Amino acid sequence: MSRRFSHLGEYAAMLIIWLGLFLLFGAISHNFLSWRTLSTLANRIPTLAIVAAGMTLVLIVGGIDLSVGSILGLGGAVLGVTLVDWHWPLWAAMLACLAMGLTAGTLNGLISVGLGIPSFIVTLGMLEIARGLAYLTTHSQTKYIGASVEALARPIGGLGCSPAFLSAVTLIVMLQLVLSRSIFGRYLVAIGTNEQAVRLAGINSRPAKITVFALLGLLTGLGAVFYTSRLGSSDPNAGVGLELSAIAAVVIGGTSLMGGRGSVVSSFFGVLIIATLEAGLAQVGASEPVKRVVTGSVIVIAVILDAWRHHLAGANFPLLKRLLRSRVPLKL
Amino acid sequence: MPPTNPLIQVTGLQKSYSVPVLSDFSFELEAGEVHALVGSNGAGKSTFARILAGLTHADAGHIQLLGRPYAPRSKREAEHAGIVMVMQELNVIGTLTVAENIFLSRLPRRVGFVRFAQLKKMAREALGRVGLEELDPSTPARQLGVGQQQLVEIAGALAQNCQILILDEPTAALTDPEIERLFANIRQLQTEGVGIIYISHRMDEIRRITNRVTVLRDGRRVATHGAQEVTPAGLVREMVGHDLPERKGTSSRVTAEVAMRVRKLTAGDRVREVSFEVHRGEILGLAGLIGSGRTETLRAIFGADRKDSGEIYLGTANQPVSIRNPADAVRAGLGMVPEDRKLDGLLLAQSIRVNTTLATLARHVRGGGWLDFRAETRTTNSLGERLGVRCASPEQTISELSGGNQQKVVIARWLARNCGVLLFDEPTRGIDVAAKDTIYQLLRDLAAEGKAVVVVSSELTELMALCDRILVMSAGTISAEFLPGQWSQEKITHAAFSGYLDRAEEGRAPVA
Repeated sequence: MSRRFSHLGEYAAMLIIWLGLFLLFGAISHNFLSWRTLSTLANRIPTLAIVAAGMTLVLIVGGIDLSVGSILGLGGAVLGVTLVDWHWPLWAAMLACLAMGLTAGTLNGLISVGLGIPSFIVTLGMLEIARGLAYLTTHSQTKYIGASVEALARPIGGLGCSPAFLSAVTLIVMLQLVLSRSIFGRYLVAIGTNEQAVRLAGINSRPAKITVFALLGLLTGLGAVFYTSRLGSSDPNAGVGLELSAIAAVVIGGTSLMGGRGSVVSSFFGVLIIATLEAGLAQVGASEPVKRVVTGSVIVIAVILDAWRHHLAGANFPLLKRLLRSRVPLKL
Repeated sequence: MPPTNPLIQVTGLQKSYSVPVLSDFSFELEAGEVHALVGSNGAGKSTFARILAGLTHADAGHIQLLGRPYAPRSKREAEHAGIVMVMQELNVIGTLTVAENIFLSRLPRRVGFVRFAQLKKMAREALGRVGLEELDPSTPARQLGVGQQQLVEIAGALAQNCQILILDEPTAALTDPEIERLFANIRQLQTEGVGIIYISHRMDEIRRITNRVTVLRDGRRVATHGAQEVTPAGLVREMVGHDLPERKGTSSRVTAEVAMRVRKLTAGDRVREVSFEVHRGEILGLAGLIGSGRTETLRAIFGADRKDSGEIYLGTANQPVSIRNPADAVRAGLGMVPEDRKLDGLLLAQSIRVNTTLATLARHVRGGGWLDFRAETRTTNSLGERLGVRCASPEQTISELSGGNQQKVVIARWLARNCGVLLFDEPTRGIDVAAKDTIYQLLRDLAAEGKAVVVVSSELTELMALCDRILVMSAGTISAEFLPGQWSQEKITHAAFSGYLDRAEEGRAPVA
């Protein structure tokens, strides 16, 4: 029981921080505080949100995946080629895109887990391979697809948010349930905490680890569908740097890069915070370089606070120490 | 030896971790002397060596080096004072060259750049002293065999112009010609007035190379002899001390039913053709020196390490079970409590509940396969009560518990599975006396329930108080089997050393 409540406390803290950020920009800029801003935010984040959700699981088992941005680009290329050049029906093209994501993710998992090569290196290779394939298949051309794919990203009348956003939120809730309430989820946390102990408890850790990489690949394929539908065209350059935004969001959400600890829902709040920062800074007229400096600082501060909360509680910061002891999660 | 001013004089040395490791220890080393330290596991030999080498600090007591007080705060300080230790575990850095390894802490340099030509020349000299003049100093150290790595370390120690050299089991990995060369070096150093502390299990070496022998038991000095006066039997008796009262007869809970039979198990060079069986209701002890293959035997049975050959039969089955990994072993009804709790047993950052139910999650689900936290909590509470785990709540992080309570949780994990054969590797290491008693009682209860229990322990008194039968391992094989009433600390210790005596005698012939 107490465990579930502590999770809720964490979510509440993240929500408050996000609301604070939102109101802060609202105070600075008159136009910011509106339904329209919220709706724009909601429709901009589905891709990053589901990739960050999958990335959370990968970080929890102590891995990392740098190839998601390129896989997203390749997914866009698959959609473009199948829809525009081959005139496939939309459902078949989407299936092809998901299958490509699943394959790429499974390869990441099989090679890194099966052969014991650090996932950092394997997915760095996949980053190059997938991007290269995206350029090859599209001859580096952006393909205009048009209305057929745009429905997914168009806000539903009256609701203000798109089917893409709704499915992203549904997926995130489901993944959080799997993480905290299923045997598979428990294994992931256990593997990230001490894989050797898990093995000696009679559990084969490899299938679970491979599954996590495959799942992230599949989610990235879905992210490619969302992304393409928002643009209405397929762009082989899509998703450059996505891996870093996703990792940043996950880390802001308090997931440990060392594995063993994390939450999919908190990563979603991380995504919200990053997206709100970007939208808000744009609204107040900050230039692109300034946005990057601020976002980067937020990431670093979030990680420092998290490290204090989890490892260094008891160092030479009496005030912080007291804050940390009082069970209130202190998190960005 | 003429009575000169001792090189080093130690009086009243105390050191304790959770239990006393050295108490009122005294010791003396003359210049040009080779002084052996012998004792059973945990007698305090290595701790004493580590204090001298600056790797740990004494709690109390005095050390005088050439008449001046000596209390090194670091390895560096000890080396400056001329005391160098070659450790049992190799400290060679595989990616660096041999030369870099030898002179790592004092590379010859000019304005911050290493002078490689000079380094190479110095390394050649140093290697020559240990008979490795053929070896190219720029070879990466990982290309060397274990024996050569050991010699490189010794070369490094010799190159420091030390006054006192500490060798901890230096011959463990060496071949006979290498041992001969090492001994020649030791004699050479002796003539130069270097004092050598020589820690070893091997009686024949002690008689050959050392001048005096100091026997330790439970952190105290039992006696110091001239090396020519000692006999292996006499040393063993002194290492063991007086026999403690022990249990007589086999317990009535031991059944005739075989629970597990291990046949000709071989794994690496630490486990060689080990065969034994354990009955339902029996507590079987595995004694032996550290490194004799006890832990490796358990790990090979459990599938934690690869085995090269041999079969394991469970119950009355005629077909061996196939155990390729721990998952297979657990499925077959085995459980293992590993030697290193923190590294191999616990999820330190997780709760007691998560640690307890790790191996039985499939039994803690309800509708649709979701984990049932309440059922997990019930299991954790009932096992915690049975084992007397002291904690605030099942949700408490396990790293906050004491060692004894942590160990109970690892055991609880297997009780939750109701395993038929339980393997315990040093189940009471580093835990307090009260928790030890709980664990002993628990092992007896488990056996009384009809489970087969195998216990590896370095504490003979523990095994003698607990077991229905004791197997002794020595140099990778089972060297003796004892029933209650037949055993004594002396006999067991003798059997534990026997494999090494044999090996030394075998080895002596072909040297010439």
